[in-house]
Amino acid sequence: MPGSYPAELLETLSQRALEMRRNILRMTHAAGSGHPGGSLSATDVLAALFFHELRIRPEDPAWKDRDRFVLSKGHAAPALYAAMAGRGFLPPGELLTLRRLGSRLQGHVDARKLPGVEASTGCLAQGISMAVGMALDARLDGRPSRVYAMIGDGECQEGQTWEALMAGAHYHLDNLVGILDRNGIETDGSTEEIMALEPVEAKMQAFGWHTLSIDAHDFPQILDAFAEAKRTRGKPTMIVAHSVKGKGVSFMEGKAAYHGKPPTDAELVRGLRELGVES
Amino acid sequence: MPPRRVESLRDAYGKTLVELGEQDPRMVVLDADLSGSTRTALFGKRFPDRFFNVGVAEQNMISIAAGLSTGGRVVFASTFAVFAAGLAYNAIRQSVGYNRANVKIVATHGGLTVGGDGGTHQMLEDVGLMRGLPGMTVVVPADAPETAAATRFLHASEGPAYMRLSREGFPVVTDGTFHLGRFPVLRDGSDLTFLANGVMVARALDAADRLAAVGIQARVLDASSMKPLDESAILRAAKETGALVTLEEHTVLTGLGAAVAAVTAERYPVPVRRIGTPDVFGESGDPWELLDHFGLGVDRVVDVAWDLLRERGRVA
Ligand SMILES: Cc1ncc(C[n+]2csc(CCOP(=O)(O)OP(=O)(O)O)c2C)c(N)n1
Ligand SMILES: [Mg+2]
Repeated sequence: MPGSYPAELLETLSQRALEMRRNILRMTHAAGSGHPGGSLSATDVLAALFFHELRIRPEDPAWKDRDRFVLSKGHAAPALYAAMAGRGFLPPGELLTLRRLGSRLQGHVDARKLPGVEASTGCLAQGISMAVGMALDARLDGRPSRVYAMIGDGECQEGQTWEALMAGAHYHLDNLVGILDRNGIETDGSTEEIMALEPVEAKMQAFGWHTLSIDAHDFPQILDAFAEAKRTRGKPTMIVAHSVKGKGVSFMEGKAAYHGKPPTDAELVRGLRELGVES
Repeated sequence: MPPRRVESLRDAYGKTLVELGEQDPRMVVLDADLSGSTRTALFGKRFPDRFFNVGVAEQNMISIAAGLSTGGRVVFASTFAVFAAGLAYNAIRQSVGYNRANVKIVATHGGLTVGGDGGTHQMLEDVGLMRGLPGMTVVVPADAPETAAATRFLHASEGPAYMRLSREGFPVVTDGTFHLGRFPVLRDGSDLTFLANGVMVARALDAADRLAAVGIQARVLDASSMKPLDESAILRAAKETGALVTLEEHTVLTGLGAAVAAVTAERYPVPVRRIGTPDVFGESGDPWELLDHFGLGVDRVVDVAWDLLRERGRVA
């Protein structure tokens, strides 16, 4: 049953996501490299997690009972850093140090440097396995922590992703929630043309997960999915979040070219204008 | 010295693949969702039927490559160094190495000069991992022309091979030939020897220029043939110059420095200084700034050489 959410909450999430998108463009532009496409497709889900769902304490990032979020598709680092900055884990001004020598904001998310990042990732498919381990850890301790992990669809071509799914189901980890950022695009082009995944939701279901499909850019659907995962007992939940790569910036939407290419000076101005910033 | 021309090693690789594909219908190329970056897309565009982009699945790619080679095809497989030697290590070890498959693994984006992607992507251990595999040929070219020559050489030779390329273009320093098991002398000298590979060859030449300005003649060897090594060139350098400095964009624990030190320790002990990354992971940054930061800058090379000569009483 779809929940109804206060207009205020939905408005807050939209505003947070909008600010994140602006920062993703600014950060990757300043760095001169990085991955805007998969950051923008993940933005709304991350906004829902960091500004509503996750039980975390920015002032005490090591709080034992916190929920965990693992960005298994570690190249979407700009989206995670933007969310964490909005939540107070780091000053927003620090965002522009992305990828610079000495920065806490490494090109792929780095738990060694930035408190609040739960796992260093970058080499795809390991984050989801680490999330399985974190969910087991919470269960062994009897902690209420829930573990969320976001994976990419190209990332699903790695065998390890399926090893992790098998394990999550085998151990009945109902404190584990996967989010598949199903934007249909990997580095070289369309996932279905390169190495087809469909029917991906049925495959995950066959691997023993509770699954559901949502629009990754619709906050009520995202929040409903988190609630459904919480109600699900005895198995982990995979939210297949149908998204648009480059979402919110028209010339990046649906384009593999912006997987790993930052905006140029002119594109930054144009993109920010589309996101409501006049220069 | 006029500045040297900078050329992309991966462009040279991609173009050479196409050239070889025209000549040899047995040529097959694989990639794992990085074909634009590794430049195998050039081959894929020209010969779509002989190109397989298997998606983000490096272990699968390597073992498929080994299977494809069993009927006499010549197979090239590419991805970034950290996903080839790192992620797919056992697929390389068993499917390619143990099976003696005729597969050429050409890994781009080796070392610190990967830059912004950071420590998870900066592969500093691949040469050591690959050299340890019985029967594996290992090549680390210094520049684009040597890359093209080595690609042709690997195509023509039989058996497993690993070649490490870079994201960044490097200065052109070689004569564009490649000789397995031989270290070309790029500059002769008798006071000490620099043995370098990859981007560090250009830096060794720069350091040699600086030393020449104060009357010290350094020999510079291009150690692109990391397996087999040119043991006779190493021993000749030890005997004739008496002091060796190794330079690599790789951990000193398991790369060129370790190999040269082992050869000299057993056969003709002389002082050896290893320049490379210490026992640390890399981090994000500008590629050239990172080389300086981790002790691979030309100033540092000159300092290390100077200290070594002073210890030996050659300079005051
Ligand atoms: C094991 C591994 N292989 C290759 C890469 C290089 N790489 C980075 S992102 C990417 C494509 C990922 O596609 P997808 O999971 O769909 O990411 P998204 O579309 O969400 O950005 C690749 C191949 C990597 N990071 N890790
Ligand atoms: Mg994708």
